[in-house]
Amino acid sequence: MHVESSVRQKLITNINEYGQITDDISRPIEAAPNKTWLLWTTISAIVMTIGFALIGWTIWEGIGVWGLNTEVGWGFDITNFVFWVGIGHAGTLISAVLLLFRQTWRNSINRSAEAMTIFAVLCAAIFPGIHAGRTWDLIYFGPIPNTRGTLWDNFNSPLMWDVFAISTYLTVSLVFWYLGMIPDFATLRDRFKRQGKEMASKAYGVASFGWEGSARNWSRFEVISLILAGLCTPLVLSVHSIVSMDFATSVVPGWHTTIFPPYFVAGAIFSGFGMVQTLLVIMRKVYKLENYITIEHMENMAKIVLATGSIVGLAYSTEFFIAWYSGSFFERYVFINRAFGDYWWAYFAMFSCNVITPQLYWSQKIRQNMTITFILSIFVNIGMWFERFVIIVTSLHHDFVPARWANYTPTFVEAGIFIGTFGLFFTCFFLFSKFLPTVNMFEVKTLLHHPKKPAGIPQGVKDEVSHSHH
Amino acid sequence: MKSNLIVAKFWNPDTMMEALADIHHKGVPVYDCYTPFPVHGIEAYMNIKRTRLTIASFIYGCLGLGAALFLMAGAYGQWLYFDWWGLDIINWPMDIGGKPALAWVDFVPIGFELTVLFAAHGMVLTFLVVAKYYPGKEAKLLDDRQTDNVFVVAIDGDKIKAEKEDELMSVLREHGAFEVSKTA
Repeated sequence: MHVESSVRQKLITNINEYGQITDDISRPIEAAPNKTWLLWTTISAIVMTIGFALIGWTIWEGIGVWGLNTEVGWGFDITNFVFWVGIGHAGTLISAVLLLFRQTWRNSINRSAEAMTIFAVLCAAIFPGIHAGRTWDLIYFGPIPNTRGTLWDNFNSPLMWDVFAISTYLTVSLVFWYLGMIPDFATLRDRFKRQGKEMASKAYGVASFGWEGSARNWSRFEVISLILAGLCTPLVLSVHSIVSMDFATSVVPGWHTTIFPPYFVAGAIFSGFGMVQTLLVIMRKVYKLENYITIEHMENMAKIVLATGSIVGLAYSTEFFIAWYSGSFFERYVFINRAFGDYWWAYFAMFSCNVITPQLYWSQKIRQNMTITFILSIFVNIGMWFERFVIIVTSLHHDFVPARWANYTPTFVEAGIFIGTFGLFFTCFFLFSKFLPTVNMFEVKTLLHHPKKPAGIPQGVKDEVSHSHH
Repeated sequence: MKSNLIVAKFWNPDTMMEALADIHHKGVPVYDCYTPFPVHGIEAYMNIKRTRLTIASFIYGCLGLGAALFLMAGAYGQWLYFDWWGLDIINWPMDIGGKPALAWVDFVPIGFELTVLFAAHGMVLTFLVVAKYYPGKEAKLLDDRQTDNVFVVAIDGDKIKAEKEDELMSVLREHGAFEVSKTA
């Protein structure tokens, strides 16, 4: 039973009946796809196809079609990888960490945020596969015994840890997401059956695994959801910590930094919430979900962006302070070069987007204004992409031997692959928003105040009792 | 689905819980309840014990950690060559940057990841097996709105004396069930 204080703002507004929740969330799935949806899905699919064609070109021709050189060996590829993995973190934070903290406002947004996580990690997973070149040699990444020569994987390498972290993260997130959808698939199955839509009912029926809502299975379901949340919480922290160790365990000035794990995790949550804001501002409007994803939900997310953005800002300052305080000539040089060298514009973009933008959320007026929230969330996305670019490229392009110094300019192939991942991400997200329940129906139903009603009042009959607080 | 059930349907989880509390107090065993969302506290009226899936999850996690150590120490490679007790990492150590090959601290991240991987997937698969859920399974429903907005209480008719049935059904109606019926 859901009990909350009467002075608190309601988590979902203007909803009186359980049936109404099913109606509202099923509506986009039942409706024929409209022209706007078809247009945007087609555009995304075309962009995705171009991206995949350029990946094919990279594999055919080799890494030489990229702008990398012997000095800057990681450019757009790893920048995009870290960017997309980071985006994913907000989904797990919402679905797992907020579940452990009993933050029930997550119930309306966890489904779409988890979907975002999975699509973002899919985009990320492309890059490690193609960045090393000679993709067909990936077979040697598998565990091959040293009896045939030194082919055994180097388990001391964070790059190896990353393989395990990302694959665990992707599959466990996928299972968590799917498990949460099973009861909603059952709802759709029975709803389409009542409407006489046999095909749709069959399709959701297969996906629903025969769920019938038995109390015994609800009891198990809730326990395993909680345990999955408990497993996902350290998992999500470990994933970006390990990603940060790809850099932090090296001896490259600008990378060799002990604050990287917490700094990367905060940045990941910051960028992920930026992306959740971007998506939800549009989704709540297009699918008329304002009663489910209320202004309060959007405000809560803005506050998380403010908090994590401030942590990121603190991390930037700490890095500079430590570079000076270390007394290391190379450390000092790298950080001054980062802010004032050839890539000053990238640093400027990063700093202004990530440190200044979120501070605007101190104002409630801005937090409640969806147009400004949307624009700021785009800035956060841009800033966090530049953060990874700055860390990777500025640390590499001027190393210990000045004769080797070189700058990095991406080619259209790299840029195209990056834009192509946005195509993949949005194609997946548009398909999700059309064919799957975008809001977790059964979890939102638990938030509804249910007034006592006399027997025999069917669904859909509005009553004034439900508006009053108890 | 069992035959001979007494089925009561409610619009409201609160009234359903009141009915359950009353019949539980009267000693009527509940067969199962079907609800659109988890109703907390229902376990007490149905004598549902805490699931052991958590223990299963812990065991799977331990297996995952074992598998990770087995893999990283290179036991797997030796097994392929029937050297059951040999370790690649000792028999064929790799010198990469002068770092020790068998550095157990470096095994922590993958050890952790595989623990989580096994615990999560093992637990969910065990749940699906125990609850007999699989893709394409036909759902057996007492009301096709029980996944939408109807709360169903099912009582095993075999465990109720024939002369008590009518009394039980009227008690359920008094508690606000909008429909009380018997299945064949």
